[in-house]
Amino acid sequence: MTADLSCREFVEFVTDYLERALEPHERVRCEQHLVVCSECSDYLDGTRATIRLTRTLAVEDELGAAGRQRLVDALDRWQAGNP
Amino acid sequence: MARSRSAVLAGEADDAVLVAALRRGDRQAVDDLIERWSTPMLRLALVYVDDRTAAEDVVQEAWIGVLQGIHGFEGRASLKTWVFRLVANRATTRAMRERRTVPFSAVATSAAAIDADCFIPAGEAWAGHWATPPRPLTADERLLAGETRAHLARAIRGLPSAQRAVLTLRDVEGWSSTEVCDVLSLSEVNQRVLLHRARSRVRQSMEPYLHEGASDR
Repeated sequence: MTADLSCREFVEFVTDYLERALEPHERVRCEQHLVVCSECSDYLDGTRATIRLTRTLAVEDELGAAGRQRLVDALDRWQAGNP
Repeated sequence: MARSRSAVLAGEADDAVLVAALRRGDRQAVDDLIERWSTPMLRLALVYVDDRTAAEDVVQEAWIGVLQGIHGFEGRASLKTWVFRLVANRATTRAMRERRTVPFSAVATSAAAIDADCFIPAGEAWAGHWATPPRPLTADERLLAGETRAHLARAIRGLPSAQRAVLTLRDVEGWSSTEVCDVLSLSEVNQRVLLHRARSRVRQSMEPYLHEGASDR
């Protein structure tokens, strides 16, 4: 039998857990811990929510129409000099 | 032409088609790729170079590098990997020249990502258990509020550059770990360590926003 995982250990495994990069026995320890620890289940939910929220930042148009135009113009100038 | 344009925008056109189009100087193909990649390119440049104008210059130089170098592109990496490596390299060079950032390779240590103070210390009952437990999550709609997203964007900007680069490409852009390792020249293990530290730190800074009642503070 493997020793129980502590919360402190679980939070350091959380990325490898989500990345499916854990050894099978480590994964089992994490899953067993999650069954008995609602706090770490909450922590995992919060981590997943943060990742989902982070993904929504992709829609921000950092460059913007003006930036895109500056880029296209610069490439036009470059191409004109390098036909 | 209309068909190839929509294929590029949908990300369906394969590298051979794109490379051929770039080689014959097809401006439509360039413009389509600009549309698709320039915002992620700028986001990556901003990791290394905080000045917005300088970061736009980096993107511009990278595109010129693409147009100049496409004839020598051997296809050992994907076109996307090659293009984003150009961005990372140019941005790093520029940052070093301006001495604004620490070298990227100041990387992973094995220290815990979450502060030990969050847990009950060794020797006490329940050692290693949460000292102040994380609370259940608030509804997702509230998380999408502008203030929450602005806070998240600030937290990401506050990360050390290596962590920020990994988190930006993985979690903002949604790239695979393999692509991120290729572009940033990282091992899988190092990539995961950086991602872990970045996610843990960002998640911790989001703690007040993740829970019910956060808006009452």
